[in-house]
Amino acid sequence: MLKILKYSFYDLMRSRWSYVYFLFYLLLGVVLLFLNNDLNKAVITLMNVIIMLVPLIGTIFGVMYYYNSREFTELLLAQPIKRSSIFLGQYLGVATSLMMSLVVGLGIPFVFYGVFYSDAIWDFILLLIAGAFLTFIFTALAFVIGLSNENRIKGFGYAILVWLFLAVIYDGIFLMSLIYFEDYPLDTFSLGAVLLNPVDLSRVLILLKLDISALLGYTGAVFHKFFGTNMGLILSFVMLTVWVAVPAFFIWRISKRKDF
Amino acid sequence: MFSKTLIVCDSCEYKTIKSALEAAQDGDTILVKEGIYKEANIKVTKSVSIIGEGMPVIDGNEEGEIITIGADNVTIDGFFIKNVGLSYTTEYAAVRVVNSKGFTIQNLKLEKLFFGIYLQRASHGKVLNNKITGEAVTEFNSGNGVHMWHCDFVEVRGNDVRNVRDGIYLEFSSNNTIEDNFTLNSVRYGLHFMFSHDNKVRNNVFESNGAGIALMFSKDMEVNNNVIKKNWGTASYGILLKEINDAKIINNEFRENTIAITVEGSNRIEYMHNDFISNGYALRMRGASYDCKIMHNNFLYNSFDLSYHGPMNRNVFDGNYWSDYTGYDLDKDGIGDVPYRPIKLFSYIVNRNAQAIILLRSLFIDIIDFSEKVSPIFTPDNLVDENPRMKRIAHDKDS
Repeated sequence: MLKILKYSFYDLMRSRWSYVYFLFYLLLGVVLLFLNNDLNKAVITLMNVIIMLVPLIGTIFGVMYYYNSREFTELLLAQPIKRSSIFLGQYLGVATSLMMSLVVGLGIPFVFYGVFYSDAIWDFILLLIAGAFLTFIFTALAFVIGLSNENRIKGFGYAILVWLFLAVIYDGIFLMSLIYFEDYPLDTFSLGAVLLNPVDLSRVLILLKLDISALLGYTGAVFHKFFGTNMGLILSFVMLTVWVAVPAFFIWRISKRKDF
Repeated sequence: MFSKTLIVCDSCEYKTIKSALEAAQDGDTILVKEGIYKEANIKVTKSVSIIGEGMPVIDGNEEGEIITIGADNVTIDGFFIKNVGLSYTTEYAAVRVVNSKGFTIQNLKLEKLFFGIYLQRASHGKVLNNKITGEAVTEFNSGNGVHMWHCDFVEVRGNDVRNVRDGIYLEFSSNNTIEDNFTLNSVRYGLHFMFSHDNKVRNNVFESNGAGIALMFSKDMEVNNNVIKKNWGTASYGILLKEINDAKIINNEFRENTIAITVEGSNRIEYMHNDFISNGYALRMRGASYDCKIMHNNFLYNSFDLSYHGPMNRNVFDGNYWSDYTGYDLDKDGIGDVPYRPIKLFSYIVNRNAQAIILLRSLFIDIIDFSEKVSPIFTPDNLVDENPRMKRIAHDKDS
């Protein structure tokens, strides 16, 4: 598995897309810091980008890579290698290289700006951790979709749909249910709803760390009480890990049973 | 009759302020030299001037009140007064004025206090250039910096009040002027009005208080040229208006407050030429506020410019500059050709359902805000600024 991981990783590291992705974040970081000059505001803007763009790119790129390397995968399948190693290796290769682009691309301008000497260091690290988790989660989802759909067009469609659902539609349903059930106490419900969606969870985790959390008022206090404790923080990272582990498990299961 | 000067010091005829007061007559001056005077419950019942030279210290030893003024035309000038007693039944103050006129309290430094300067049924006096520093942590066991109860025509100017409950507090007090003061870190409010009418608040700075200014149950107020900033926290405001009629809020600067102005049940208020910069909410109007004018203000980079309760609007929004405005100006007259709608759908939703705020900065919210902007359905359709400015307004602060 490690060999395939390494191969996929180096393959992607050489590809143009990784560079484009890396340069995009590098540019974003530089522009934000030098136009803004305010680290806290830069972190807020980055948060907006990360919770929207990272899942999208993870999904699209994952599906694309899966379908494009299909012939090579078939070649590998003919070799005496465990199936799960092939697909998990490929998945980890893709996800790791995407994460590297994100972390290094954003990290360089911020390090040069002096994030290590700033109070915003923990916000920034949390931002990168959330971004890394989101990359792993959405790439895994993309691989599951790729594995279960032979048809490329369908696969792409489903992948976009999954992203759209988690990034946009979920919040819509969440909001509707908040309004519909407004006569009931909804603290626990909204905590649960946020915990269940990795995009919302990352957004709330970062928001609570920033000054802007004062805007959240009473609701913010409830969330603060939950996420401020070690228990809450551990639980949210457990949830994010579950979001990586479950699709990874499906990759393993589907690849074992699939008839190529 | 000639007035004389009595001198108080360690080696003088009068060794304590109390003994000098006993000997003094109306119109005399008591000059207190540098030193530490451990005295409490000093009762001033004659019209005298008590003047400190080189900031003598009056240490109350936490025995209760330190100076109580019960005569007209008394001046207290230049003392460092500390260690007022704390009590849950009596409001002990460093300096208290009772039923008097024409007092002047100036250049005092107050520390370790419960209440600072307490004016009670006093009028036509001045409280000038005092520095009051408390150690308030909670509301229930701390007092106010300058406390006024049934006081009229008092001038409170140039004071520096920090870490107390309310920086300056007025109850049943009218026609007072609050000018050039600075309040920092008040546990509750920087400036607090209850049932106080016709007061003027000018050129003050309110920073990092629970709320900058709280105006409650009052009318005919003027709030001009103040800077209200960094009142930041889950229940913090720049200005809190509750049941206020006919107030003018003009030429103020609101910067980095969670909520710059929150309004409830207040009518005929004029908000003109203010700058709202980087606040959470610039203006939050709860119920029952009618006939207000919101004109010629700058709204810059606030998370929400306006939050509004209810489906109809009877307030005027006109000629403001909104940094979120995206319209155009074809005839180049500086006024945008497309009306601006200051209410975002999200702020409307949050108003109805406070829980929804957790969706702040979600992509979905941006999308619905955009669609509401294009075709308003939920927000009051007459709540528009018909003449939004294209450029930030340069206010004439002197007017």
